[in-house]
Amino acid sequence: MSLADIVFYVFALITVISAFIVVFSRSIIYSAFSLLFTFFGVAGLYVLLNADFLAVTQLLIYVGGILVLLLFGVMLTSKVVSVEIKTGTLQTLPAVIVTAAVAGTLGWVYWITDWKVLPLREFSSSASRIGELLMTQFLLPFEVASVVLLVALLGAAMIARR
Amino acid sequence: MLPEVGLTHYLFISGLLFALGIFGVVTRRNAVMVLMGIELILNSANINFIAFSRYGGMNMDGQLAAVFVIILAAAEAAIMLAIILNIYQQFNTVNVDEVSRLKE
Repeated sequence: MSLADIVFYVFALITVISAFIVVFSRSIIYSAFSLLFTFFGVAGLYVLLNADFLAVTQLLIYVGGILVLLLFGVMLTSKVVSVEIKTGTLQTLPAVIVTAAVAGTLGWVYWITDWKVLPLREFSSSASRIGELLMTQFLLPFEVASVVLLVALLGAAMIARR
Repeated sequence: MLPEVGLTHYLFISGLLFALGIFGVVTRRNAVMVLMGIELILNSANINFIAFSRYGGMNMDGQLAAVFVIILAAAEAAIMLAIILNIYQQFNTVNVDEVSRLKE
C-alpha cells in the first residue's frame, strides 16, 4: 500500500463522514460548516486524480464563494439569536428506502461493470491543457457559460433587491 | 489490508455522496438545506467526471465538463439564494412545504 493510497483513504474518509454530518446534523449551522470539510476532501481527491487546476477551482469557488453564500442564506433566513437554528426532517423511512435503493443500484453497477482503464499518458500541466481546449474545442460552451453567468448574476441581483 | 486504489474506489465515493445528497434533498424541509444537498450531488458528479478523465488515459474532456459543472453550480447557488431571501421576506419562513403559492 503506497502513500498515495493512504492519502486517498484519508480524504475519502473526510469527505464521506462530513457529508454524513451535513445530511444528518440537526443544526443547519453545523451542516454548513461540515460542508466545508466535504469540499476540502473532494478537492483532495481531485489532486489525487491529477486535476490540480480543478482542485484549486474547487477551493476558490465552492469554499470561497458558494459556501459563504450558503452561510449568508442561513444567517439571513433564520433567527440566529432568539430561536435555535434547527431544521426538521420528514418522511425518513421512505427516504431511507429510496436512498438505499439508489446507492445499492449505483454500487452494484460500479462493481459488476468491467471498466476499460487506459494507462496514464504523459502530460505537462492540466491548467495549460484546459486553457488550450477552452480556446479551441470548447470555445462555444465557454462563451455560452460566460453569458449564462452574466445573466444569472444580474438576475440574482434583480430578484434579491426587489 | 485495504486494496490498491483504482477507478472503482472513486466511483464508490461519488455514489455515496450522490445518495447522501438525494437523502438531504428529500428529507430536509429548510430550503437552504435542500441547496446543500444539491451541492453534494453536483460534487459527486464532478468526482465521476474527473475519475473517468484520469482513468481514461488523462483525457481532458472530463475535466472540462467538471469546469462547466462548477460554473453552473455557482450561478445556481446565487440565484437560489436570491429566491430564498425573497421567499423569506414574503412568507417569513423558508420551509419548502409551507411555501405553496407562487403569488400573493
